[in-house]
Amino acid sequence: MIHARGLVQTFQSREGKKKTVVRAVDGVDLDVAEGEVVGFLGPNGAGKTTTLRMLTTLLRPTEGTATVAGYDVVRESEQVRRSIGYVSQAGGAFSAARAGDEVVDHGMLYGMKESAAKARGQELFEQLDLDGLWTRMPKNMSGGQRRRLDIVMGLIHDPTLVFLDEPTTGLDPQARANLWEHIADLRRKRGATVFLTTHYLDEADHLSDRIIIIDHGRIVASDTSENLKANVSGDLVDLELSSAADVQSAATRLGSIAEAARSGGDPVEIEGNHVRARVARAGRAVPGLLADLGTAGITLESIEVHRPTLDDVFLTLTGRSLRDAQETTKDDQASDESADHTEQPALAGVGQEK
Amino acid sequence: MTFIRECYIVFRRQLRMNLRNPAWVIIGMLQPIMYLFLFGPLLKPIVQQLGVDNEYTFFVPGMLVQLGIFGAFFAGFSLIGEWREGVIEAERVTPASRTALLVGRLIRDLIQLFVQALILVGLGYALGMTGSARGIVFGVLLTMLVGGACAAASNALALTTKSEDVMAPVINMVMMPVLLLSGILLPMTMGPKWLQSVSDWMPFRWVTDAVRTGFSGEFARDPMIYGTAWAAVLFAISLWWGTSTFRKENA
Repeated sequence: MIHARGLVQTFQSREGKKKTVVRAVDGVDLDVAEGEVVGFLGPNGAGKTTTLRMLTTLLRPTEGTATVAGYDVVRESEQVRRSIGYVSQAGGAFSAARAGDEVVDHGMLYGMKESAAKARGQELFEQLDLDGLWTRMPKNMSGGQRRRLDIVMGLIHDPTLVFLDEPTTGLDPQARANLWEHIADLRRKRGATVFLTTHYLDEADHLSDRIIIIDHGRIVASDTSENLKANVSGDLVDLELSSAADVQSAATRLGSIAEAARSGGDPVEIEGNHVRARVARAGRAVPGLLADLGTAGITLESIEVHRPTLDDVFLTLTGRSLRDAQETTKDDQASDESADHTEQPALAGVGQEK
Repeated sequence: MTFIRECYIVFRRQLRMNLRNPAWVIIGMLQPIMYLFLFGPLLKPIVQQLGVDNEYTFFVPGMLVQLGIFGAFFAGFSLIGEWREGVIEAERVTPASRTALLVGRLIRDLIQLFVQALILVGLGYALGMTGSARGIVFGVLLTMLVGGACAAASNALALTTKSEDVMAPVINMVMMPVLLLSGILLPMTMGPKWLQSVSDWMPFRWVTDAVRTGFSGEFARDPMIYGTAWAAVLFAISLWWGTSTFRKENA
């Protein structure tokens, strides 16, 4: 459905009198198969939205090529637009217009007859739990309702490929969970291919078959969430010792089965009475370790085994945790995703980034 | 055909929103009316100097041009609100023609302007204006052309600045010299030579002169040619500028 090669987008950024060229997207290759749900993950300013805007014909790539739904995004942009649905961060329905009117007008701009757009819109309102809100203005809707209305607009012309740009940013947990259901339905009930950007790890984890991670405008990984986690770090084994005297010998024993021992790095982290290390397939390794510790007369206060999270994946791939990346890129790359996004108070989402 | 249909969809949507919140329409109408009633009488003592039989024969054409320019200049502000809520982006991702997205909005502005112009001319007559019917039709048409140009420019400016805070000072900066050098309130011929020469460079002065000479029935040659030509050129440039901002990759 999507094939992109070497996509580049540069912006002029001005600081005082100094002009610099920022490469917001720096050589992105992407392939998305029909029927796939792909999560496009990265910190703010990593180039997610810019990539999305190139794929949806809103932004002309500085370099590189992309075909979306079989059409070239530059030469056949009109056909691309006909085939895709796009739900931007900012939404798309005007807050002081009636929801139903906005949906019908949107459908008509796709060439639908007014009656067809209305019938389709009302059907979608029902499917997305918006019954009875046809004449309501978006400004009088809840955040979750507004997002669902945006999705209705994106689906009005029955696209086979749907782009969702940070669909749940700014929603409360309940509304998020509800929206996830509806996003999952896009494929389950409609067979649509879905490409969604997010900076929430759990969202990418929960919704997508495959996760593509972007950082500083480059793709750093692309695989299933399971594989990404398995490849990267192993499970975190955290031992709490009863006696501080045993810390060193426990560390040696844990170190011998630790993942990083193979590459020669220092595998074990010691903090007070805690000893931690990453261990491949900890479920199998831990019984042996426990026996080993028992023989040595070392007693444990507690043991915890954590499956790796996508945050760990991101940390290993980029050397920063997603949360840190969020903080640092917010300042120095705020201008990257083009002025559009940073100026929009509605989606700056500062409140959600903590 | 598709293009006309798309223009109509965009126009109908705009009109629906305007009618729901008509505050701006009403303010836009009140302004020229206040000028007519509160400034017009000041011209009475100098009717001789103006070379007309009634002060409103001089003043109504000026008010028409003012309405065309300044009313339309503010058209872009509503676009910024729409852009901020993602409406423009949502429209740009449909296969609709980018020109239609702009023209649909211009039609709304022009219809509003047309209604305002009718009110102004009607009131002018009520206040004793005399004028050639042909000239008035010509004057209203020219006003619409200038209004269309300014509305397109305003929309382009809105999508370029994307901020009311930037756009408002820019418009103010443009408006002052336009108002003072166009001879809208008083004829430039009353001023010293240097001021007249400066105003020769102001396109809108020619437009004002053209509308005025039409109203008076003289249809003087120079103002007619220059005024019409300027209006047409400004319209073409603005339409091109407006469309290109709707088309532009990162608008």
